[in-house]
Amino acid sequence: MTPLLKVEALSKSYGAHLGCADVNFTLWPGEVMGIVGESGSGKSTLLNCLAGHMQPDTGRVIFDTRDHGPRDTVTMPTPERRWLARTDWAFVHQNPRDGLRMNVSAGGNVGERLMAVGARHYGDIRAQAEDWLGRVEIDARRMDDRPRAFSGGMQQRLQIARNLVTGPRLVFMDEPTGGLDVSVQARLLDLLRGLVQRLGLSAVIVTHDLAVVRLLADRLMVMKDGRVVEQGLTDQVLDDPQHAYTQLLVSSVL
Amino acid sequence: MTQYNFAYLDEATKRMLRRAILKAVAIPGYQVPFSSREMPMPYGWGTGGVQVTAACLVPEDTLKVIDQGADDTTNAVSIRKFFARVAQVATTEATSAASVIQTRHRIPETLLQEGQILVFQVPIPEPLRFLEPRETETRTMHALEDYGLMQVRLYEDIARHGEIARAYAYPVRVEGRYIMDPSPIPKFDNPKLDNSAALQLFGAGRECRIYAVPPYTRVESLDFDDYPFTATKAAGQCCAICAAADSYLDEVITDDAGGRMFVCSDTDYCATRVAAQAEDAA
Ligand SMILES: Nc1ncnc2c1ncn2[C@@H]1O[C@H](COP(=O)(O)OP(=O)(O)O)[C@@H](O)[C@H]1O
Ligand SMILES: [Mg+2]
Repeated sequence: MTPLLKVEALSKSYGAHLGCADVNFTLWPGEVMGIVGESGSGKSTLLNCLAGHMQPDTGRVIFDTRDHGPRDTVTMPTPERRWLARTDWAFVHQNPRDGLRMNVSAGGNVGERLMAVGARHYGDIRAQAEDWLGRVEIDARRMDDRPRAFSGGMQQRLQIARNLVTGPRLVFMDEPTGGLDVSVQARLLDLLRGLVQRLGLSAVIVTHDLAVVRLLADRLMVMKDGRVVEQGLTDQVLDDPQHAYTQLLVSSVL
Repeated sequence: MTQYNFAYLDEATKRMLRRAILKAVAIPGYQVPFSSREMPMPYGWGTGGVQVTAACLVPEDTLKVIDQGADDTTNAVSIRKFFARVAQVATTEATSAASVIQTRHRIPETLLQEGQILVFQVPIPEPLRFLEPRETETRTMHALEDYGLMQVRLYEDIARHGEIARAYAYPVRVEGRYIMDPSPIPKFDNPKLDNSAALQLFGAGRECRIYAVPPYTRVESLDFDDYPFTATKAAGQCCAICAAADSYLDEVITDDAGGRMFVCSDTDYCATRVAAQAEDAA
């Protein structure tokens, strides 16, 4: 089997300041990788490098493309990378405002990716948007409302629908439950878990919340000061942490 | 009257403009940046169109200028006078007699011919502007043909109004590639952009952009398969003066009691028809 994503020696600095350094991992199809670590440990930097939002200083990010097999997305031409970003990849931002068009209706938000890849039948686009709103538990009657009028949890669910509508093969999520009330977080997590299982999604999820990774991630990477200090199966890492930092992280939560 | 260079602008400026125009013709629908000059009229009065016209004019040209289809409005008259003075070119109100036509908000009803140049005055050249205010982003979207957002805008119209509610500046796709704002012409005029025998040039002065549709270029109005584009105008009306049923009509208020009538917006087209009718009757 070919890995869906293979990251080799990836580093990114902001001037003299380290973002993340020497990250290596492999993601297999259908697998969910969790990335945990305290604030400032380089999780978002890494995710943005993987998703092509940021150019890493060194390293390779090899994605198994549909048409041409494994390709380094760091060096591929921008048009190809942007095409991947609106077809095979999805990116769920922590702040739904960064991932939604706030002045476009919920239906239009979900339909955008379909239209970006050439959908030109209004009725079909609407039907698919309605289907996806249902899957993320948003009432179809809210379809023509703008996300401005939605609660934080609804906005986040809308962002997920908007991302998943084109059937991406790899989903990046940056603190998808951050900034939400605890009860809302639980519902969103439940929904995410259902989607991941039903669709067999491959995903990289960044979070500082160990409950999120316990529920969603097959494997786990622990980051500290820009470096991966430990990685392994989620249960293994959480139940039997090897690195002193991971032990601290686990014990502070439990 | 020799204190002006021919057509007001100096030769170096005209050469710069012509380079931009040639590039625009070579890449239909692509917005070419140019270094817009101060003109002796305020922005919003067609400074972009005036510069393009100045760069195109030769002494043998015959110029027509229209504003909303009419040759006799203040804006049209002042631009026509301007070029009559600084380029000493002949002027006309007859579409068929003009070699260069500068226009604001209309395409003449009379079919344009090979060799004619139609110059549009453009206020906002970027069709994606209201969706994405960042210029860096819209340029990338054009470069990568990332036009989903434009379609979203039309989707939103149908969701909200039951139809694509754009009566003016209806976006088009040029030769299957660039999405272009045709300037605020009524969508009734959009079909005239397609496969036209004339060269169509667009000048935006304040925004410093020139773009073009060369002769015989495919220009399609954006739509959905199940909501196809239609070039509508005031339904079921004819011109009250010349009885034309096929021209774009303006609604004119005739008295204080709410009296109104519809007349051709293209004054030359209307006058030509009236003259022909008088001849037939005689
Ligand atoms: N745009 C930036 N410019 C400079 N430093 C940055 C920038 N973004 C992040 N950093 C720094 O890089 C490090 C990693 O940040 P980040 O990837 O955002 O961590 P996390 O997502 O784990 O909180 C931090 O020390 C942060 O201050
Ligand atoms: Mg972060």
